[in-house]
Amino acid sequence: MFYGSGVLRGMLVTLKHFVTSYFIRRSPETMRSGALVTLQYPEERLKEKERYRNFPFLIYDKTPDNLRCVACDICAKECPPKCIYIVREFDKDGKPLKRPAVFDIDFTVCMNCGICEEACPFDAIFMDHEFEIAGGNRQEKLLFHKDDLLKPNEHFHKIRPTDAETIDKRLREADEKKKAAEAAAKAKAAAAQQSSQTAAQPPKTA
Amino acid sequence: MDQIFVTIKQTIMNLAAPILPDWMEPLLSIKISIVAIAILGPVTMMYLTLLERKVVGRMQNRIGPNRVGKWGLLQPLADGIKMLTKEDIVPTNADPVVHFLAPVLIVMPALLVFAVIPFGRNMTAVDLSVGLLFFIAVSSTTTIAIFMASWGSRNKFSLLGGMRSVAQMVSYEVPMVLSVVPVILIAGSLSTNAIVEAQGGWNGFKWFVFTPWGFFAFLIFFLCGVAECNRSPFDLPEAESEIVAGFHTEYSGMKFALFYMAEFMNSFTISGLCATLFLGGWQGPVLPSWLWFFLKTYALIFVMIWFRGTLPRFRVDQLMALAWRFLLPFTLVNILVAGYWYFARGPVKVAVATGILFFTFWALSKLNKVLVPEKRIYRFAE
Amino acid sequence: MEKTFTLQDLGASIDTQTLEVNIGPQHPSTHGVFRMNVVLDGETILSLKPVMGYLHRNHEQIAENMSYTGTMPYTDRLDYFNSMSNNLAWAMTVEKLANIDVPERAQYIRVIMAELTRIVNHVSVIGFLLNDLGAFFTPVLYAFREREKILDLFEETAGSRMMCNYLRFGGIKRDLPAGTLEKIKSVTSNLPKFLDEFEALLSKNEILCMRCQNVGVLPAELAVSASITGPMLRASGVNYDIRKVDRYSIYDRFKFRVPLGSKGDVYDRYYVRVLEIRESLKILEQALKDIPAGETISKKMAPFLKAPRNFKPPVGEAYARVEAPKGELGFYVVSDGTPQPWRYHVRAPSFINLTILEDMCIGQKIADAIVILGSVDIVLGEVDH
Repeated sequence: MFYGSGVLRGMLVTLKHFVTSYFIRRSPETMRSGALVTLQYPEERLKEKERYRNFPFLIYDKTPDNLRCVACDICAKECPPKCIYIVREFDKDGKPLKRPAVFDIDFTVCMNCGICEEACPFDAIFMDHEFEIAGGNRQEKLLFHKDDLLKPNEHFHKIRPTDAETIDKRLREADEKKKAAEAAAKAKAAAAQQSSQTAAQPPKTA
Repeated sequence: MDQIFVTIKQTIMNLAAPILPDWMEPLLSIKISIVAIAILGPVTMMYLTLLERKVVGRMQNRIGPNRVGKWGLLQPLADGIKMLTKEDIVPTNADPVVHFLAPVLIVMPALLVFAVIPFGRNMTAVDLSVGLLFFIAVSSTTTIAIFMASWGSRNKFSLLGGMRSVAQMVSYEVPMVLSVVPVILIAGSLSTNAIVEAQGGWNGFKWFVFTPWGFFAFLIFFLCGVAECNRSPFDLPEAESEIVAGFHTEYSGMKFALFYMAEFMNSFTISGLCATLFLGGWQGPVLPSWLWFFLKTYALIFVMIWFRGTLPRFRVDQLMALAWRFLLPFTLVNILVAGYWYFARGPVKVAVATGILFFTFWALSKLNKVLVPEKRIYRFAE
Repeated sequence: MEKTFTLQDLGASIDTQTLEVNIGPQHPSTHGVFRMNVVLDGETILSLKPVMGYLHRNHEQIAENMSYTGTMPYTDRLDYFNSMSNNLAWAMTVEKLANIDVPERAQYIRVIMAELTRIVNHVSVIGFLLNDLGAFFTPVLYAFREREKILDLFEETAGSRMMCNYLRFGGIKRDLPAGTLEKIKSVTSNLPKFLDEFEALLSKNEILCMRCQNVGVLPAELAVSASITGPMLRASGVNYDIRKVDRYSIYDRFKFRVPLGSKGDVYDRYYVRVLEIRESLKILEQALKDIPAGETISKKMAPFLKAPRNFKPPVGEAYARVEAPKGELGFYVVSDGTPQPWRYHVRAPSFINLTILEDMCIGQKIADAIVILGSVDIVLGEVDH
């Protein structure tokens, strides 16, 4: 059109946004055009997404001693920047136990890729949602040890309900199968013993 | 209500009259005006910075500052404290006198021109009979202060930015002054108060902006005013997307705050003058006169902030091309049309004036190919 | 007799010197740590030398000591704006090397993610270009509103907004959660209106046209001979889009057009990107309609999801390329049968596109150099890998 009309059209767009920002607020699902999109953090926060992955954490089932990790070292081998350091625990006789004595993750190295979670065969390590973990100085909260990393299964249910359900179901089924296998083996052993007992007894002849 | 500030001043004068000797009364009257302006100027500038941030924020669909005090009202205080506590760095090779004086000299004209702006009925601080000339002359001295700032910094890039700024300000003064000439022609006086009163009557329809020549003169004056204040889209001197921050690179702390203050006070006074000359100053039906003046001025300031939030900036040669090849011929034709308007009678003068002005606009946009966008065609491949 | 003065008499020397300037690593415009050595005569540029390497992070060396899946998070960080495209290129390279097929649903999801990434990138680039021009962040923030919606989608599926690490060899890591397809539909249905508003703000703006038209012209032969790819090449008029040329993944099933510019200046590059966003929306519509149900990773590779370190591709070499939003992104890998690659190389489009910067900038003003750099669309993570 006339010279200057492009500028005026652009200015009308800005004016429209200026006016509608007073009337339309951001709705969590969709942001309508012209809505005010500011969230007043820390009073208002974004909705937590279920699959969001930040730093890892270790799972225990009922008590912190009952952790699922068996110190197999697979996550330490898979980790791309090599931020996990594991030392297996030994008991008094020197026999290796299926627990880690030392499980350190260096959060300054960890790049939140989630490969440790994918690779763990025992469903022991998962990615947490915590992001407000700033420390006050250079020594605090940068190297996390086993005790800082342990969190209960309920926490896992709270942050990732669908995944936690799936994993719990799988573990329960594995458990039941194991119990059924044990029961069948015991029954077979009892039956074998029974038959050997009847075989050991001399047949009753008249 | 309309004359509330005048009555306050009269009361103070009456209270002081028995105590003071005769020769001190005019001094006291001037001092009260000065105090009023000295409070108005910097406070306006402080809250203008906040207004700009909040308005630009709303245009970008976000809230501006709102943490310091409710709605961010204490933010200018926080900014002031920050500026005051910064280290004042002066480059070793800088010329100390020039470097020190530049911020001072740039604030002075910005404050001086507050004297001739009619804030309301009977509320001009100094009612000079050559008020408009005073305004234009004093605000032109900003140019020398900018040049002092860029020269005194001893920085190649500051000098580059400063020269660009001087070129910009000088070349935009010409259309600015020429676009004011029709107003002086029709109003018959250079005094700002007289110009406002010449627009009285008919409840607003005698404002100069509603005449054909006045409308275009208003646009040109406003654009040139924006360029004078170094605001977007003409903010080349302080462009950050180039390598320099312009003539005020080497300034920090309170000196930088003075430059900033001068820019905002300039934008307030230019908007105020624009409202006075074209929008009828303090004329208006129901509300008090000073309230009308502030409403009009802040409407124009809102338009300046709106420009800043929307438009990219010009390049230096395009800026000059706009001033010399587009705005200047337009203002000359405008003066001729205003002269015709003064002598003609009847509705035919509206049609003729509008016709000539639109024709000039069209002709100038055709002649300046360098300023007009080309049409492009894009093809698609499958 | 009158005496005429010359400037030399007054002691002034008038031979001018050229000014050498560093548009330094701390850049006023947000492109990252990148330096340009510019030689100026007044305001005109005589020569320009880009200096890169401030963000070199040894990516290729790291990948040569890492398992193939372990490299995937590192490829995210190459062009950190478009992580899904980088993942796609790396996944395609290894699939070519080891002859892995990808199931249908995974292909569709990959295409959807790649096109969403293209929209994110183009919209942000336009915003940043306008930031360089001085429009004080308003177009950037409008663009970032749309980008936020798409990044929320990425967070729901992959776990992270920018470093997605979502693709694996033979498919994708996990299927989309319930309800994602509807969300993608609602985001893409809003985009044409946003684009119209964005164009109303920008495309016919006189100041933008003045600053961008006939600035930084790149002729087509020069572009082809300098191996420029991506929207820069298409803005110069050369019809070369790898999605059409190579027909990789399942792009041959979608109907879309390739926009071409005529002059190759900054305005053409900006406008070709706007048109490409519209074409991406068409692809997304078709993909969302046709996406089948099914498995998301090939049967051969499913065990390697749990044990990435055991993946040993056959001996050989492969080079695969995709049409990343910035150009042709290619990975070259040579394998010797062990779980770590023997040689790994990235063909980064931003790095190659930068080599032509000098030819585009000579003769322009210093203000234009910034705008031209903005239109080349570089990301320093890719330039320096």
